[in-house]
Amino acid sequence: MKSNDVILQTVTKVVVFIILTFGVELFLSGHNNPGGGFIGGLVLSSALVLLYLVNDIETVHKGIPFDFKIVAAFGVLLAVGTGVGAVLFGVEFLSQTFVHVNLPIFGETELATVLLFETGVALTVVGTVVTIILSISEDV
Amino acid sequence: MNNIIVMPMIIPLLTGIVLVFLRPYIKIQRMLTFLALVATAGVSLYILNSIQANGILTLNFGGWLPPYGILFVADSFSVLLVLTTSIVSSIILLYAFSSIGEARENMFFYTFVLLLIAGVNGSFLTGDLFNLFVSFEVMLLASYVLITLGGRKIQLVESIKYVAINVLSSWFFLLGIAYLYGTIGTLNMAHLSERIAEVGQTPLLTVISLIFLLVFSLKSGLLLYFWLPGSYSAPPTAIAALFGALLTKVGIYAMFRMFTLVFYHEPSITHTLIGIMAVLTMIGGSIGAIAYKDIRQIISYNVIITVGFILVGLAISTEIAIQGSIYYLVHDMIIKALLFLLAGTMIYLTGSARIEDMSGLIRNYPLLGWLFFLSILSLAGIPPLSGFIGKLYIGQGAVEAGVYGLLVIAFLSSLFVLYSLLRIFMNTFWGETIISEDDETPLRKRLLLPVVLLGAATIVLGIGAEGISVYVSDAAHTLMNPTVYIDAVMQRNQ
Repeated sequence: MKSNDVILQTVTKVVVFIILTFGVELFLSGHNNPGGGFIGGLVLSSALVLLYLVNDIETVHKGIPFDFKIVAAFGVLLAVGTGVGAVLFGVEFLSQTFVHVNLPIFGETELATVLLFETGVALTVVGTVVTIILSISEDV
Repeated sequence: MNNIIVMPMIIPLLTGIVLVFLRPYIKIQRMLTFLALVATAGVSLYILNSIQANGILTLNFGGWLPPYGILFVADSFSVLLVLTTSIVSSIILLYAFSSIGEARENMFFYTFVLLLIAGVNGSFLTGDLFNLFVSFEVMLLASYVLITLGGRKIQLVESIKYVAINVLSSWFFLLGIAYLYGTIGTLNMAHLSERIAEVGQTPLLTVISLIFLLVFSLKSGLLLYFWLPGSYSAPPTAIAALFGALLTKVGIYAMFRMFTLVFYHEPSITHTLIGIMAVLTMIGGSIGAIAYKDIRQIISYNVIITVGFILVGLAISTEIAIQGSIYYLVHDMIIKALLFLLAGTMIYLTGSARIEDMSGLIRNYPLLGWLFFLSILSLAGIPPLSGFIGKLYIGQGAVEAGVYGLLVIAFLSSLFVLYSLLRIFMNTFWGETIISEDDETPLRKRLLLPVVLLGAATIVLGIGAEGISVYVSDAAHTLMNPTVYIDAVMQRNQ
């Protein structure tokens, strides 16, 4: 059956970027404000799921050729790795630290190692959600 | 700062994740898994000895001091169990290498085994009730995958029951945690204990403690064991052995921790109830063990009897009885792994799980038969094997406390264990040999090696009980004196 979803496809092209931007915003505002890797990752993966819905799996896979199981595993590795990294520096497991640096455009910015941890969480969430959606769709 | 005590959880966890990237390389996966578990065993042995020298070790994650942060606490009781877990699971893995099959190995089998062990070790080591819940979930999620992996019909049927009952009990667990946090305002176990000692264990708190009793009984199979025999006989041998050796023990551990450290003020209610449940468990398990003709069912019911037997020690709650329980807990991890592997090997060799379909196996496989006999003796508690000392101490504790009812039923249940296993032995190993020497399935050395290792372990643990008595008595001392644990966590003695 050939479905006519021109409107959906056109809207999606714009909306996906809004969702992705919002996801990154949520992700970065974590630590001190509501937000963080988990919900940031959920919003990011919702954009991907929307892409899968509007186009088909093969098309999206051509553009984003990742095995999302590996993405999830890499995320967990990164998150646990930051905890173990603290051990290598001789402080307690899962210790975090941060510095204030002057970046060219952003001005004075707080760079925290928790960002690495949160990146791991976000990747895990994206990998897991997309894997779940894809395996459900494969069964039908 | 003792970063080393997080290693028994981190080594399996990290290795498990790395194995996801090495999916096509099964040989490397096997090697890494085995190395990770051996390393975990080595680290736990080191921790165990350093506890004897320096007292209980604690690690505050991220440097957040208790009661604000989360933490790991390593006392003799938990590390003894971590050590046994690592040793037993590495031996079971040796069996899995040559029996589990490439199809499963390709579907992240080793990753999930390692995650299961990370969850088990995390549950033993955590000093925080919420993290206990998280570690339980890590362990359970891995076990959900392991029980369904392969997707045979029986596995799917049993896994629905298994998943449903565990999701329900996890929900109760969360509920109990929420109630406790609402009334006491903390989840750090040492802090909980301290605050409950201050305000007294009010009826409200006792009711909350009963929710935890319900949760851990579901997980350990104390009285609420109806899900256990089915789900432990569905998966392949190596996985069933992992479940039988480890999973119920985590529930038992949690029960010991909660009812010696936190809710120990109203023994007339909680501990009496545990005693009654233990008795009913032993009676029900004994009936089950002699009722079935399927080897896997009989052995699963033996797991249940043991849960009741170990918790008799907690119901009595004297230092001697607790020591007995700890000895028996360590012994049971080894012997249940051995028993499940033996049963699985017999089923593999004969192609049937029913005892009337086998006969005279001792002619075909003499070593297997003698090992089975050895494990029966060990389970029955014949000295010098490892089951003896645990039974002795629990019995001694019961006599000292004057609870003869518990004593009689505990030892009667041992007779039922003996009878149910002898029934398997006499039906399958004795009698006329029905498999001719030409037809017999060869018993590969690789399958026999792990079974022999576990058999050796029960002898060594029995004869060398003196060697671990230092650790066991320290563990029992800590359990019976909550202040030791609390002071270590709150760092009062430094």
